[in-house]
Amino acid sequence: MELILEGIKKAFTLLFMLDREVLDITFLSLKVSGIATMISVFIGVSTGATIALNEFPGKRVVVSFVNTGMGVPPVVVGLFVTIFLWRNGPLGFLGILYTPLAIIIAQAIIATPIVMGITIAAMQQLPKKLRLQILALGASRLQMVWMLIKEARMSLLAAVMAGFGGVISEIGASIMVGGNIKGYSRVLTTATVMETSKGNFDVAIALSIILLLLAYSINLILTHIQQKERPR
Amino acid sequence: MKNNMPILEARNLRVERAGVAILDVPELTIKEGEVLSLIGPNGAGKTTLLVSLCHLFKNVSGNIFFRGREVGKDLSVSEYRKRYAMVFQEPLLFNTTVFENVAAGLKFRRMGKGEIEEVVKENLEQFGIRHLKDRSARTLSGGEAQRVALARAFAVKPDVLLLDEPFSSLDPPTRESLIDDLERIIRESRTTTLFATHDRTEALRLSDRIAVMNEGKIHQLGSPEEVMNHPADEFVASFVGIETILDGTVVRESRGTLTVSVSGYEIEAIGEVHPGERVILCIRPENVTIAKNSKGMATSARNVFQGKIEKVTPLGLFQKISIDCGFPIVAYVTNDSVKSLSLEEGKIINVSFKATAIHVMKKRRA
Repeated sequence: MELILEGIKKAFTLLFMLDREVLDITFLSLKVSGIATMISVFIGVSTGATIALNEFPGKRVVVSFVNTGMGVPPVVVGLFVTIFLWRNGPLGFLGILYTPLAIIIAQAIIATPIVMGITIAAMQQLPKKLRLQILALGASRLQMVWMLIKEARMSLLAAVMAGFGGVISEIGASIMVGGNIKGYSRVLTTATVMETSKGNFDVAIALSIILLLLAYSINLILTHIQQKERPR
Repeated sequence: MKNNMPILEARNLRVERAGVAILDVPELTIKEGEVLSLIGPNGAGKTTLLVSLCHLFKNVSGNIFFRGREVGKDLSVSEYRKRYAMVFQEPLLFNTTVFENVAAGLKFRRMGKGEIEEVVKENLEQFGIRHLKDRSARTLSGGEAQRVALARAFAVKPDVLLLDEPFSSLDPPTRESLIDDLERIIRESRTTTLFATHDRTEALRLSDRIAVMNEGKIHQLGSPEEVMNHPADEFVASFVGIETILDGTVVRESRGTLTVSVSGYEIEAIGEVHPGERVILCIRPENVTIAKNSKGMATSARNVFQGKIEKVTPLGLFQKISIDCGFPIVAYVTNDSVKSLSLEEGKIINVSFKATAIHVMKKRRA
C-alpha cells in the first residue's frame, strides 16, 4: 500500500516539475498517434465513403473484411510491419525499423479499419433519398460526396475518437516496430511497461496518469464540439 | 407561349425491377410554364417517373429531351441537373442552419457570397420564413421544414420544378396555407412544375393538366375538366371520385341518346355507341338526386329509379348515401337534406340522374 501511495506522490512531483524526459515521451506519443490518426482519417473516410456510396459485387465481403480489421490485435500488425521492414524484408531498404516513422505506419494500419468501418456505417445510415436530393439541387458528384460527409460529421467525429483512442493506448505494435529506444522512439505505453518491469512504479504511475488525461481531454474536446452541433 | 417546343420531353421511359416494369411511359411532354400533376395511388410510379425525368436513376432506359436537346448527348447530365430542382415528400434538410440549407443549391453553382445572401433572403421572404434564417434545420416543425425545402428549390430559379408529394405528411391547416403560398409563387414566377400527389383536390387546384397514373403507366393525360368528367377508363374514373361505375349493354340508339341495359334496368345516356356493344357508365355522386317520391323530380332527369338505402356514411359537409336500385348507385347529399328527407338505412327512396350527367365509356376488350 505504501508503495502505491509513495508512487502516486512521486508521480505528481514528476508531473508538476515538468520532468524533461516525461514531457518528451508525451510529445512523441501525441505526435506519432496524431499523425497516424490523420493518415487513417484520410484513407478511412475517403475509402469508407466510396465503399458506402457505391454498389458493386462483393461489397458485403469487403465490408465484413473492414469490420474484421477493426478488431485486429495490434501485435499481429506489429509482427507484419516488423517482417516487412526487417533488414532483409521487402521494405528493408527503407531502413526505418525502430524509428518513430515505423510506429506511425503500424498505428495508421491499426486505426484505418476502425475509421473506415465507422465511416461506412455512418454513410449508410443517411437517408437514401438524401443523395438524390443533393444531386437534384445541381450538385456535382464530388460536391454530393462532400455534402454527405458533412451530414455524417457527428459519426465521423466518433470515428476519429475511436481511431485515436485505439492507437494512443496501443502497446504491442509500438514496442515491436519502435523498439522503445530512449529519447527516440519511446512512447507513453512502451515507457510504462518498461518502468513497471524495472519496479519504478512512481514513473509508471506518472506516465499512466498522463495517458489517462490525454485520452480524456481529447475526447472531451471532441465531445464538446459534438454536443454544440446538436439541436437547441 | 412564344414557341411550341416543349421544355421537357420523355420518350420510351422504362424502369424494370426484377424483370417487372415499374415504369412504362412511351411519351410525355411538358410545356413551358405549365403545371402538370401526376396523380395516382401509392406505388403508381409517380416518384419513379419524377426521379427518372431527373436523370437520377441509373437503370432507366429511354430518352429525355430538355428544350429539344437530348440529355446525355447534346446536354451533359451535370448541366441538365442544374436546370431543375426537386422537392421530396420528406424535407431532407441538411443538418445546418436554415440559411445554409437554402443556400446549398447556390453554392453548388458557385454563386458569389453577396448574391447568395440576397437570393436566400428573397426566397425566405417568399415563403414567410425569414425569421427562421439562423435556426438549426433540425429544430423546425414539419410545415416549416417543408417551406425551407421549397425555398431551397426555388432559390436556384429552376426551369423545371419537380414536387413529389411535398404536402402529404403535413396536417390539413399547415398544408392549406403552404399550398396557398406555393400556388401564388408558381403563378407569379411561371415556373414549369411537375407535381406528384395522391390527393386529387390538390391536383385540381394547382394544375393546368393532370396525368393519372397506375402501375407505372399513364392512364390518361388531359385538362382537369377532361379527367374529372370524361375519364378514359375505369381506373381513372374511380380515382377521380366517380363512385358509381356500372357495366351495361347498349340496347337502342337514336340521335345520340342511348338506352343501356344495366342488370335488367334501362338507363338513358348520351353517346354514340352501336347497339349490342358493352359500355361502362360513370355517374358522379354529386349528380345524383334523392327524393321521397318521384313527383317532385326534375323533368329533365330522364332516369328515375326506386331503391333501398344500404348505407349512410358521413363525410363531413355532406353524407355519402349508397343505394341499391337493383344496381348500386352512390349519391352525395348535404347534411340538411339528410335530415329533411330523414334518410336512413333500409328506407325506400327515389333516385334520379340526368342522361347528360352520365359519362359513357366503351368497354375495352381484353
